Amino acid sequence: MTGLPHDIVGVLRAIGRFVLGGLASIGRVVLFAGRAVAHAALPPYYPARLIEQIIVIGWFSLPVVGLTALFTGAALAQQIFIGGSRFNAAATVPAVTVIGIVRELGPVLGGLMVAGRVSSAMAAELGTMRVTEQIDALTTLRTDPLRYLIAPRVLAATLVMPFLVLVSNVIGVLGGFVLATTRLGFNAANYLDRTMSFLKTDDIVSSLVKAAVFGFIIALMGCYHGFHSNGGAEGVGKATTSAVVSAFILILLSNLIITVVVFGSR
Amino acid sequence: MTAKIIVRDVRKRFGRKVVLGGVDLDIAAGESLVVIGGSGTGKSVLIKSILGLIRVDSGSIIVDGVEVTALRGAALAAHQAKFGMLFQGGALFDSLPVWRNVSFALPRSEGAARLKAAAIDNLARVGLGPDVADLRPSELSGGMQKRVALARAVAARPEIIFFDEPTTGLDPIMADVINDLIVSLVRDLKITALTITHDMASARKIADRIAMLYAGRIVWQGPRGMIDISGNAYVDQFVQGRADGPIAIPVIPA
Repeated sequence: MTGLPHDIVGVLRAIGRFVLGGLASIGRVVLFAGRAVAHAALPPYYPARLIEQIIVIGWFSLPVVGLTALFTGAALAQQIFIGGSRFNAAATVPAVTVIGIVRELGPVLGGLMVAGRVSSAMAAELGTMRVTEQIDALTTLRTDPLRYLIAPRVLAATLVMPFLVLVSNVIGVLGGFVLATTRLGFNAANYLDRTMSFLKTDDIVSSLVKAAVFGFIIALMGCYHGFHSNGGAEGVGKATTSAVVSAFILILLSNLIITVVVFGSR
Repeated sequence: MTAKIIVRDVRKRFGRKVVLGGVDLDIAAGESLVVIGGSGTGKSVLIKSILGLIRVDSGSIIVDGVEVTALRGAALAAHQAKFGMLFQGGALFDSLPVWRNVSFALPRSEGAARLKAAAIDNLARVGLGPDVADLRPSELSGGMQKRVALARAVAARPEIIFFDEPTTGLDPIMADVINDLIVSLVRDLKITALTITHDMASARKIADRIAMLYAGRIVWQGPRGMIDISGNAYVDQFVQGRADGPIAIPVIPA
C-alpha cells in the first residue's frame, strides 16, 4: 500500500493537533464561564466582595475611560469636519459624532481600556494566589474559590460596564461638542439640538448591551487565565498577557457580531 | 479497627512523569503520621489527592469509610470541610488582616466581633498576642506567618490536619517552636495528622509513625523509634543524609 509522504502526514498531524487544542481551549473557557455564571446565581453570596469589585472595576476605571472618550470624541469631530467639508457635509459633525461614539467608539474603546486595566490585574492577582497556594487554601477553609473569587468579579464587571460606557458616551459627545463649538464655529444650542435629534433609543440600548457583554468578557478572561496559571512568576506573566490579548480579541469579535445582528439589516 | 484514612494503589502522572506509582497507606484516627521523602517524590501530590484537590488516575482513597475519588460538588466540599491544612508557604491571604485570615473558615454569621475574638484565642494557642491580629501578613516574619497559618488551620477544629513542609524556610529554633506547637495542637485537639517533610528533626518530633515515599511508592513505614534501625537502604540513606546509596540523584560533572 502506498501511504502519504511522511512530511504531509506530519503537517496534517500538526494541523489536527492545533485544531483539537483550539477546540479544547474553547470548551474549557465555555465550561468555566458556565460555572462562573452558575456560582454567581446561587448562594452563598459575598456582597462585600461584589461591592469591592464594583469599586475596583467601575470607580477606578472612570478616569482612564473618561479621558479616552473625551480625546476620542474631540478628534472624531475634527476628522468628520475635515472629511465632511470635502463634499459640503460639515454640518453632519454632531450626528456622525454622536452615532460614532454611542454605537462604536464609546463601548469598544471603553472596553479595551478597561480590559487593559482590569483583565491584567485580575489575572495577575489570581495567578499569584494560585502559585502561592492561596486558592487551594480557600478550599481547605470551607470556601469555594469560584464563588468567592470568580463570581463577584464576573458579576461586578458585567453590571458596572454599562454605567462606565454610559458615562464614556456622554463625555465623548461632550469632547466633540467642546471642539466643534470652540474651534469649528458651531453654535452650541444648534449642535446639541442636532445631537439629540439624531440619537435613537436603539443606539443607546446596543451600546449598553455591548458594554455588558464586554464586561463579562473582561472579567472572564482575567479570571480564567489567572485561575489556571502555573509555573511561578513566569506563569503569572504569561497569564496576564493571555488575559489582555484574549479579552481584546473577544471584545472586537463580539462587537462585530452584535453590530451585524443589531444594525446589519437596516 | 478501621483506619480513618486508607490509601490503596493510588497512581497519578503528569504527562509522561509518574508522580505516584501505586501508593498504599493507612492512618488511624488520632495518629500522627509523617511521610518523608526527597523533593519531587510526590509528597504534596499525595496530600492534595487525599484532600480531593487533585484527581488521581486510579486507585482508592477512603476517608471515614467514604470513597473520595468518586466525590463531586457538595459531597466533595463536605469531605474537604473535615480537613485543615498548613501550606508550605503559609498561603495567607495578603489582602486580609491576620484576624480575618485566622477566622476565615468560621461562619460569617457570628459577626466580626466574635470572629475577631475567636481569632485572638487561636493566635494565643500558637503563642501570638492580640497585637498581631490587625497586622497584614506582609508585616510578619516568616516564623510568625507560619504560626498564623497554623492558627488558621486549626481554628475550625478540623478532624484531620495536613502539614506540608511545616519547618521549611525557618531557622532551627523557630522550626523547633513550630514542631512543639504541632505536637501540642494535635494532642490537645485530638486531631488525626499527616505531615510531609524532608526535615528529619521535625519528623522525629512530630511522628507517631513514619513512612518513606520514594519514586512514587511507600518503600518503608514503621514506628518513629524504628527509623534508625529500619534495615531499609533507602531510609538509611535519607536519614543519614548520604549522597551515595540506592537513591540516585543525577549530577552532571563540571
